[in-house]
Amino acid sequence: MNDRGSDMELTTQERRKERLDRGIKVRTEGIYAISSLEEIGYLILPRLLLIMGLLLLPALVSSLYWKRVISITCIYALLALGFDFLAHFVGLVSLGGAFFIGVGGYIAAILNKYLGVSPAFTIPLASLLGATICTLLLLPALPLRGVYFAIVTLMYPLAISRIIEALNILGGTDGILGVSGFPSRWIEQYLIVLIVLVALFGLRRLVNEDIGLVFRGVKDNDQAVRASGLNITLYKSIAVFIASGLGSLGGAYLSHIYMWSGISQFALDFSIIPIAATVIGGGGTLVGPLLGCFILVPISEFLRAFGTLRIVFYSLILMAFIMYRSEGIMVYVQRKYHQFERWVKV
Amino acid sequence: MGKGVKVEPILQVLNASKSFGGVQALVNVSFSVRQAEIFGIIGPNGSGKTTLINCITGFVKMDSGKIIYRGKDITNRPPNQIANLGITRTFQIMRPYYSLPAYKNLIIPLFSPRARKKGGWRGGGKLGDRSTVSIDILEEIGFERDSFVPYKLASSLPTGYLKRLELARCLALKPDIILCDEVFSGLSMSEIASMVPLIEKLQMDGITLIMIEHRLRELFRVANRVMVLNFGAKLTEGTPEEVMEDEKVKEAYLGSEKLLDYTFEA
Amino acid sequence: MDILIYGIVNSFSLALMAIGFTLVYGISRLPNFAHGALYVITGFGVWWFIHQLHLNYFLAILLALILMGLIGAGIYRFVLIRVRGMATSEIIATYAMGLAILEFLRWRGFKGMTYTLPVFIEGSINIVGVPVDLQRIIVILIGIVVVSFMWLFTHFNKTGLALRGMAQDEHAAMMLGIDSDWMAIIAMAIGSILAGLSAIVLLPLGNIVVEAGYNVLILSIAVCIVGGLGSWVGAILAAFMIGFVQILTVRYIQSHFHMVVALLAIILTLILRPSGLFGRQKELEERV
Repeated sequence: MNDRGSDMELTTQERRKERLDRGIKVRTEGIYAISSLEEIGYLILPRLLLIMGLLLLPALVSSLYWKRVISITCIYALLALGFDFLAHFVGLVSLGGAFFIGVGGYIAAILNKYLGVSPAFTIPLASLLGATICTLLLLPALPLRGVYFAIVTLMYPLAISRIIEALNILGGTDGILGVSGFPSRWIEQYLIVLIVLVALFGLRRLVNEDIGLVFRGVKDNDQAVRASGLNITLYKSIAVFIASGLGSLGGAYLSHIYMWSGISQFALDFSIIPIAATVIGGGGTLVGPLLGCFILVPISEFLRAFGTLRIVFYSLILMAFIMYRSEGIMVYVQRKYHQFERWVKV
Repeated sequence: MGKGVKVEPILQVLNASKSFGGVQALVNVSFSVRQAEIFGIIGPNGSGKTTLINCITGFVKMDSGKIIYRGKDITNRPPNQIANLGITRTFQIMRPYYSLPAYKNLIIPLFSPRARKKGGWRGGGKLGDRSTVSIDILEEIGFERDSFVPYKLASSLPTGYLKRLELARCLALKPDIILCDEVFSGLSMSEIASMVPLIEKLQMDGITLIMIEHRLRELFRVANRVMVLNFGAKLTEGTPEEVMEDEKVKEAYLGSEKLLDYTFEA
Repeated sequence: MDILIYGIVNSFSLALMAIGFTLVYGISRLPNFAHGALYVITGFGVWWFIHQLHLNYFLAILLALILMGLIGAGIYRFVLIRVRGMATSEIIATYAMGLAILEFLRWRGFKGMTYTLPVFIEGSINIVGVPVDLQRIIVILIGIVVVSFMWLFTHFNKTGLALRGMAQDEHAAMMLGIDSDWMAIIAMAIGSILAGLSAIVLLPLGNIVVEAGYNVLILSIAVCIVGGLGSWVGAILAAFMIGFVQILTVRYIQSHFHMVVALLAIILTLILRPSGLFGRQKELEERV
C-alpha cells in the first residue's frame, strides 16, 4: 500500500496525513527495551547527548563571562522546570518565578552574612526554607480557581520588591552585600549543571510515578480526584513546594555567584523567561524548557545593550507562540523522533 | 440481604434545602437509607436529584439541613473527607481520566487515605503495587483480566465499560455507600441487563446503593425502596410497587399511560 | 477631617483604576493583566498629543480615549480571540502584552520627572479648613460620574444590559443571541477607556512613570479581589475600604505602607472570604 508514488496526483482532499509510531519506538516499549543494542541506543542516545552536552558546556566555553552565563542559564532552567511542572502537570500557572528566586536569594544572603553559614549549607537550607515560605504564602490561592494562583504569583514579586524599597528593610535598594562566594570556580560552574540534571531527571521520574498521575488528575479532572478521597489542596501544595524549592535553590545559588542579594532578584526577567522558555521549548516535556532557556538566556545577554527591550522581545515571541498555537521545539522534535508521517489515501 | 444488616439507618438526610440564586433546587428533603439496601431516587428532570447527591457528598453546601452518617453529622464536610468516610459517588456526566488507560484510572483513588488504610485487595497489601490492585478491581466489575481491555485508554472505551469504570473508582475506596447518578443512562438494554448482576453483587457484599435513575423499569427491578422527587421536594417514598400506584407520581411524570409502560413483571 | 477628604479622594482614585479591570473580568472572564500598561500608555499618549502634535488639552484627551477604546478592542480581536477558552494561555497572553508595552515604554526613555500632564484647573479650595487641590475634587467628581454612568448603562442601555447578561450567565446569554466575542470586544474597549480615563484624571497629580503601570495593576487587582472579581459594585466598596485603610496607615503608621495594605488585603480576602464582598461562589470552583 505504498502511496508515495502516486502522491503527486492526489489533492489534499483525497489524502490525509497519518502518523505512526516508528517501528523502533514500538519495539522499545516495556521490557523489550533491553532486547538489543539498537533499542537501547534509541532510548539512551538522546539522554546521553543531553547529559554529556550539559556537562561539557562549561569546559567548552572559554571566556569567564560566558561561563557565568551558563550558570545563570541553569538557574533560569530550574525556574523553567518548575514552571513547566506546575503549568502542564498540575494546572497552576506561575507568573512570578522571580518570587522564588528572590526569597531563596535573600534567605541565603541572610543566613550567610548574618549567621555565618557557609554556602554548602545556605543553599539547601534556603531551598527548604524558601519552599516552605513560598508555599505558605501561596496557600490561600490554592483551593481556588487557577486565575487566583496566577494573580497571586504575579503580585508577590512586584509587591515585595516595592515594599523592600519603600520600607528600606532587608538592605533596601542596596541589598545585602558581602555574601561569600563559592570555594572554587569549578564548583560554581559544575554544581549547578549537576543540580539541573538531577532536577530534570528527578521531575521526569516523579511525573511518571503514581503520584504524578494524581497531579495530572488535579489538572484535568479535579472533581473526580476529590470524589476519590484526595485533598486537592494538599497535592497542589506539594507541587508548589517542589517548584518553589527549585526556584529558591536557584536564588540562593545566584546570591553566592554574585556575592550579593538585592531587589533585582525579584526582576521581571526571572518571571517572564521561564514562561517564554517553556512555550518556545515545548511545554509538558520538561526538557523543552531547558532548551528554551539555553536559547533565550544567551540571546538576552546579547540584548543587554538594548536595555529593557529584551523583555519586550521575549514577551512578543511568547505571544506569537501562544497565539499561533505552536507546540514548541521539543514537542516537535519528540514527535519526529518517535513517529513518522505519511500521506494516506482517504 | 447481606452480611450484618443493622436496623438503624446508615444514612439519614434531614430537611435538606438548597437554592441557587432564585431557583429552589431542594426543599426540605428528608429520607433515610438502611445498610445494604438499594434505594432509588426518581423524579422528572430538574427535580433536584443531582443536587441532592452533590449535597450529600459535599460538592455543594446546603442552605439548611443535616446529613447523618452512621450517627455522625457530616453536613457540609468537603468532598474528599466524605469519600474517605466511605460515601462515594459516580458522576452523571462521566469523568474518567480520558488520557490514561483504564487501570491507571484507579490508581488515583487507590492513593486516598481510606484506600491506603484499608489495604489492598486479596493480599495486595498496604504498600502493594497499585497497578496490580487496580487490575483486580477491574476484574471484579467485569473487565476481562486477560484481554487488553484494562489497558486501553479510557477515551477509547465504550459507554458500558466507562460506567463500570466509574463504579470501579468508587470500589477502590472500599465504600459503604455508593451514590449512583444515572448509571443506566446511555446504555442499551443488553448492557443494562449485564450491569444488573453487578449491582446485585455489590449489594450482597454489604454495600448500600443509592441510585438516581430515569430508567424506571430497570431500577424497579433492583431497588428495595424508592423515593420520588418533584421540583426539589419529596413527593413520596415506598417500595417500587407502592410508588407505581401512587397518583401523585403519575401526575408528576405527566401522563399516567407512560408510567404504566414501566410496570415490571415480578 | 483631612483624613476623610483624602480618604475619599484615594478611594475614588482606586475605584477609577479598578473598575476597568473588574468590568472585563466580569463580562468575559478575562483577567486583563495589561490593565496597568493601558493606564500608562494613555498618559504618554496624551502627553505626546499635547507636546508633539500640539493639540489642545481636551482634544488630546478625547483622542486618547477613543484610541484606547480602539486599542482595547483590537487587543481582543487580534490577540485574545485566538487563545479564548484556554485559561492558561489567556493569562500568559495578557501578562506578556502588559510587560511588552510597559518595558517598551521604559526602554524608550520615558522615565523621570520630565513627563507630566497639567492639571485641569489650577488652584485649590478650602473644605472645612482643609486645603484640597481642585484636581483632586475633579477626581471625586469624575468618580461619581463614572459610577452613575456604569449603573445607568448596565440597567437601561441595550448593550449594557447585554453585558450584564453575559456577566451573569454566559451560556444563557449566548442562547439569547448575544454574541460572546462581540461582547468581549466591547468589554475590552470600555475597560481600556476606563483605564485611560483614570490615567487622565490621576496622572496630573504626579508624574508619568512606567512604574505606575505596575502599581496600578497591583492596586486594581487588590481592589477587585476584595470586592469580588467581576462585581463592579464590590470593586467600588472595596476601593473605599482599602482607600481609607491606606490613608490611615500612611498617617498613623508609616508613609510608604500602601503596597503593604494592598498585599495584605488580597491575602486576607483569600483566606477569609475568597469570593470577596460581592463575588459569586462560582468564582471558586466549577459547578459539578
